[in-house]
Amino acid sequence: MTRDSGRMACGIAATLGLIFAAAPALAQEAISQIDGGDTAWMIAATALVLMMTIPGLALFYCGMVRKKNVLATMAQSVACTALCSLLWFAVGYSLSFAGDAPWLGTLERLFLRGIGMETTSAFAPTIPELLYVTYQMAFAIFTVALIAGAVADRMRFSAFLWFAAGWLLFVYVPIAHWVWGGGFLASVGVLDFAGGTVVQLNAGIAGLVAACVLGKRHGYGTDNFAPHDLSLAVIGTGLLWVGWLGFTGGSALGANARAVFAITATHLAASTGALTWMFLEWSTRGKPSVLGLITGAIAGLAAVTPASGFVLPWHGVVIGLIAGAICFWACTWLKLRIGYDDSLDVFGVHGVGGATGTLLTGVFAVAVLSASADAPEGSPGLLEGNARQVLIQLYAVVAVLIWSGVLTYILLKAIGFLLPLRVSEQHEIEGLDLTQHGETLQ
Amino acid sequence: MKMVIAIIKPFKLEDVRDALVAIGAHGMTASEVKGYGRQKGHTEIYRGAEYVVNFLPKIRIEVAVPSDRVGATVEAIIASAKTGQIGDGKIFVTAIDQAVRIRTGETDVDAL
Repeated sequence: MTRDSGRMACGIAATLGLIFAAAPALAQEAISQIDGGDTAWMIAATALVLMMTIPGLALFYCGMVRKKNVLATMAQSVACTALCSLLWFAVGYSLSFAGDAPWLGTLERLFLRGIGMETTSAFAPTIPELLYVTYQMAFAIFTVALIAGAVADRMRFSAFLWFAAGWLLFVYVPIAHWVWGGGFLASVGVLDFAGGTVVQLNAGIAGLVAACVLGKRHGYGTDNFAPHDLSLAVIGTGLLWVGWLGFTGGSALGANARAVFAITATHLAASTGALTWMFLEWSTRGKPSVLGLITGAIAGLAAVTPASGFVLPWHGVVIGLIAGAICFWACTWLKLRIGYDDSLDVFGVHGVGGATGTLLTGVFAVAVLSASADAPEGSPGLLEGNARQVLIQLYAVVAVLIWSGVLTYILLKAIGFLLPLRVSEQHEIEGLDLTQHGETLQ
Repeated sequence: MKMVIAIIKPFKLEDVRDALVAIGAHGMTASEVKGYGRQKGHTEIYRGAEYVVNFLPKIRIEVAVPSDRVGATVEAIIASAKTGQIGDGKIFVTAIDQAVRIRTGETDVDAL
């Protein structure tokens, strides 16, 4: 029996391998320029970014919800990792990065067709294309998982799975193509190093829309919603912070000086963001909370994301300072003023932080750092005399805001026709762990 | 036989235990509870969201003693659990109808 099932497993594996590797490669670079150093770093960076979702984001979020929803919150991160990974490999990558149409990619890389051992992508010529696929997959997963934070404590698991699949394909893929896959935003010169628009703002807006569509949690504003275990959230923050070095450092797509500049700006922004939030809270509330400290760090990270590889280290400090302050305001004043229930502040931190950082990229961009083979002079920012870059960045922010906001709304409404987006009120009171998954923390 | 029930501040548990052992108590049951009396709760703030926490953590001790030992037991608990601050807790004494040691089957005072 085991020999047969072993043979069957080999047969299936061989078939899958053929499916994924079949068809001769289309017109590619004649000579493979795959570099060992770049590849090694990018493999590590891929692992770091994947770690940001599992378990980084899973822990960060689950520590902040109530005990009865901890497992359900983690389930969202894990399940969307699995689901979005498969969809990405099947069709997501192709539609994001294949071809150079302004609005959407082509299907030439459907099921990774044409990717062999020596194949490279024009976007990352020194690493195997399959590695580029996987690296970008980790970004896609993270973005989808971020949104879950806005609807924590009340979204039906089945509806969330449908949403994750649909959102990846209809919202993330087009925007990734526009900014990174040679689409129209890239053509006008938008600078987004590691995903200020594609990841942070995108997820932030979607989170805001989702929070509004699903409505407030039962008992919001009256019941005690204190975090179950902030130590989990702190651990999650650590994993996110460290993993972010792969998020931005790896966006240099090589083991080079730009990666190092990216990592440095990233880390300094996180540090400054944390301290800024801490001091603001200390002076306005009397005590520096741990939640504030870690949120400030994430705000700094979110904001420096689009700028990281294009700016100097001290710019990272300033970006962290501004982001820490603006996100603090957004989470403590703006949210209460407008009255939406974004459970874990996805919009306040990632949305606002990402938008802020995207605009600041236009301010601080250093031409030398943004120079590439296509643009040997690089793209200077406002400080180097090019005010136009800020307008280009604003254009990108508006484009992403509109597409993400509108499509997220439509997607949620469409799913809502098929099944309820929220759990029933009784189930919400009992807790998602028990009612959605049949499990509880003991 | 009487059951002496004491609600005390959590950090006083070891002191109370030592005091009761010193006067000859053979065992007790302790549970983590929440409660309030004159000690008001506190406010916690999470990213701008304020929550008033009315119920404070306390420890509830139950120790079964023969009726003639109740006075000494209560005094021992008071002496060891008192801090002088609001929230020290309370002691209640109730009657026990029956007591049985499960292992041996001894009843009433022999079971204490």
